[in-house]
This record gives sequence, structure tokens and C-alpha cells, in this order.
Amino acid sequence: MQKILVGIKRVVDYNVRVRVKADGSGVATDGVKMSVNPFDEIALEEALRIRERGEASEVVAVSIGPEEAQQQLRTALAMGADRAILVKTEHPIEPLTAARVLLAIVRKESPDLVIVGKQAIDDDCAQTGPMLAALWERPQATFCSKLEIRGGTAVIVREVDAGLETIEIDLPAVISADLRLNEPRYVKLPDIMKAKKKPLDVLELGSLGISAEPGLRPVRTEAPQPRSKGVMVKDVAELVSALRKRGLA
Amino acid sequence: MSKILIIAEHDGQRLNQATARCVTCARQIEGGEVTVAVFAAAPGPVAAQAAALAGVAHVVTVEGAHNAHALAAVLAPQVAALAAGYTHVFGASTTTGKDLMPRVAALLDVPQISDAMAVEGPYRFKRPTYAGNAIVTLEAPPARKVVATVRTASFEAAGPGGSATLRAVTLAVPLPTHTRFVTVTAASSDRPDLASAAKVVSGGRALGSKENFQLIFSLAEKLGAAVGASRAAVDAGYAPNELQVGQTGKIIAPELYVAIGISGAIQHLTGIKDARTIVAINKDGEAPIFEVADLGLVGDLFTILPELEKSLAN
Repeated sequence: MQKILVGIKRVVDYNVRVRVKADGSGVATDGVKMSVNPFDEIALEEALRIRERGEASEVVAVSIGPEEAQQQLRTALAMGADRAILVKTEHPIEPLTAARVLLAIVRKESPDLVIVGKQAIDDDCAQTGPMLAALWERPQATFCSKLEIRGGTAVIVREVDAGLETIEIDLPAVISADLRLNEPRYVKLPDIMKAKKKPLDVLELGSLGISAEPGLRPVRTEAPQPRSKGVMVKDVAELVSALRKRGLA
Repeated sequence: MSKILIIAEHDGQRLNQATARCVTCARQIEGGEVTVAVFAAAPGPVAAQAAALAGVAHVVTVEGAHNAHALAAVLAPQVAALAAGYTHVFGASTTTGKDLMPRVAALLDVPQISDAMAVEGPYRFKRPTYAGNAIVTLEAPPARKVVATVRTASFEAAGPGGSATLRAVTLAVPLPTHTRFVTVTAASSDRPDLASAAKVVSGGRALGSKENFQLIFSLAEKLGAAVGASRAAVDAGYAPNELQVGQTGKIIAPELYVAIGISGAIQHLTGIKDARTIVAINKDGEAPIFEVADLGLVGDLFTILPELEKSLAN
């Protein structure tokens, strides 16, 4: 296998408790810590491991987002990606648009495998991987927790509601990484230095002839209804009696 | 008029309750007509169950050995072809629906609404983002088809009482052979199903080992409850992946949710906040789980659990 493409999304960090803006226009992101979407880190780690096993020769990280998304791509390069591509846009991008952009990059790069995170932790959509697979007319293996390359095919274990499903797919294909596919490596300081010298190409979304215009119009964003405050019980007896009163035990 | 096509989820024998929840969501679209599509090797039994759901007008079946397993790459072109006569195409926000529906949406060249949690109008839906910390209202263009996955925890299951018409359909669609089902390994199914159970007992990292996690199974047995787990407990290998509850696991809405030794990260809370009653047992009185719990008990789970089981038996 020659090449693996990995999708890297810049998102609000996992540990940030997001705040909805008072005017209902979205969530506050000014001055908020941004990171690589955790599932995309897992996707990248898997690509690096495939390359390190000698089963692929190049790993290319791709992001779609603002100028600042270069930071996340530098992290990807520091983890071990060989080069990176940023498709620059200041607009929020819907998954279908992201899939179209990735398809355009796929057409240029002809990868044997595309690995993305199973969902981004900001919009929680979980759409981009399967949408790309559909547009590319290639197999998809979502929620992947184990991946084995066997020549021109891959055997994938998927985390599904019923348990674990195994499927076999022909390559090239799109895979979406679930939590337990691997544990991403930590970036070491020398790697960060090295990453600064790796190639990072920036191109404008418009140059691909793809519009950022969303198909779905966001009407408003609001905070969820809070649950009403509960009570603390002092011991098991009190808990059981409260449960019985509610007809739950 | 809205014509809503719901893709049934099933195991070849039984219709998944998630589909009945999609029906309830679809019925909230005013003046909508609901059709359930059953893709299967032998759709008969599942189609009969779908036809008996209140509010379902039609059931269409698409029979074929290629539909024996829900492979998104095989199903999506068929669903896209069948969608021609409909304004909306819904699937459940299960791993099956999340796999299939975006592929359908892309084939239809429309965006998808993931995890629809409230119907505001035929083209207007609410959905959670940021692990449920921000709720977004989205409007889809009325001139296009609406493709959505339905957040099942937000809707009750449609009851019985329906008598839908049944119709077998043959679709002349070229199907790919690049994706092949091998096997599925499911945990023992003698326990209530986590996604639809009325009661759930969940364990977290504080259980400390796979052996200790048996305490959760034991209490669940006493309560007639399904078993769940936090991500930390699954990552540590105490419980299998299909028991994970939360942003990246299952989103559930039981009558009773008992969280034991679970601190309550926001990613976990988003999976349970539609539960009617939440009980939290944790040794740390400051744990965030107590902010959402209806009943909280601070203490050592290894002392509390045996005592709790004993009092429940009385």
C-alpha cells in the first residue's frame, strides 16, 4: 500500500465545558483551547502504525478549517504524519461539504486508505466518513476497533450496538476510528521541532470549486434544559424507601 | 404532505424498538404519512411487527439474500432508490443507522440531520451538539429530501394498534460486492437490552476489576435491569464495548438509571440525562454525577452494594 490519508479536525478541546452564546448564534469559542478531534488522533495513530509495520509508505494529514488549523496539522506532523494539507476556509463546514472536499483531495492523492475519526466531538455528526465513501463509491467501515490489512483487502472489527461485527472490504476504502482502535502516542519535543520542517500545503476551499454554503440553516443554539436538583439520602435504607415510593424497586 | 420513509432496524427476526421510536418522531410531523421499509433476506416476520405499530400507514419489503446483513454500502443505493417517492428518510441513531444514513444522504446529495431530538416543523428539527451541551435548531430546505437519524432516547416507542398495508418491492439497483459480512459476536442476550430497558445499572472505573464488575451484574439481576458501563470501565476491560453509555456509546432513557462508581464526565451524562430517575452512588461527594442525580448516596460501593441487594430482597 502506498498512501494513507487521515482527516484531522480542529475542535474545542475535550476538557472545555462549552458555553452557549447569549444571542443564540452558537457556542463561545474565543480564547477557548482548541485541539485535534480525539477520534482523529486515533485515526492518525492507526495510519502511523500501518506505515511502521511496512504496510504503507506515506501518511498524509488533511484538515479543513481556518488558518489556525495549521496548529492541529503541526500536531499531526509531530505525531508522525509525513506531510499535511490544509483546505482553508473561515466558514463552518457541514459534513457533506467536508466529504466533497476530502473527495477532491482523494482524487488528487489517490490514497489506498482514508481513515477519519468516527465523529467529531463538536458537532457529534458522525457523517463525514460514510459520506466520503458514498461519493467515492468505495467501501466504508465505521466504528472500527481492529484493522488488519491483507493485500488488497482489509478485515475490520466494528463496535456495533449488538457487540462486535467483522467485515471484509476491498481497498481503497474509508475507515472511521472508534475509541478502542488504539491509544495515540504522545508527542515528544524533538518531534515538534522536526514537524516544523515537514511540508504543509495550504489551499483555498474556493480553488477546489466547492461552496462552503451550508445546506442546513442553523436557526438558533440554546443551552439544554437542566435537570432539577435531586436529594442526597443518608443510607441504603433511605435509598430503598425512596425507590419504593417511586415504584422503582 | 410529508411522506416519511423509516428504515427498519432488525436482526432478521425481531423489529428493533428503535424503529418504533422513529415512528413516534415521524408522527410528530403534522399531516405526515409514515412508511416503514424492511430490507431483509426474509422480511415477513419483521414486516408484520412493523405493520402492527400504531401510526404506520404502509410497510414496504425489499427481499433478497444481499439484505441478510445491514451493510451500509449494499443498503444505501437501495434506500436512495426507494426514497424517490418520499419527502423524508429516517433511520434510528443506532450504530446501524449512523452507518447507513449518511451514505444515503450523500447519494441523495443532501445534508443529514444527525440525532434529531425534537420536531419543530416538517423541515425544522432540534439536535444536540457538544455532547449535549448545546442544542441546535436546524432548518432543512423544503425543496429537498430530509435525511435524518432519530435520537431514540427522545421519543417513546409507538405502541401496537396499527394495521398498515404490506407491499413487496423489487429494486433494480446495481449493488457493490466490495463489502462483505463475516461475523458478529454478541454478548449473552439473556439480559435486558441496554438501549430499551426500563431499568439500567451502570458501573464505572471505581469497580476496579472485571471480577468486581460482577457486583453490577448481580444488582442488575435483582432489579431486573440491563447493565451499562462508563467509558473508563470499558477502556479498562471491566465490561464489553456494547455496554458503554455516553456521547460515544449508547444514549438511553430508562425509567431508572443507577450509576455506581461513575464520576459523571459530561460525555457520560449526555447519555443518561433523559432517564426519569437517576441514582448515584459514589464515594466522592463532589463528583459531578450528583449534579444530575435525583437520589444520591455518598459512600463506599463495596459496602453499599451488598447492603442494597439485601434490602431489595426484603
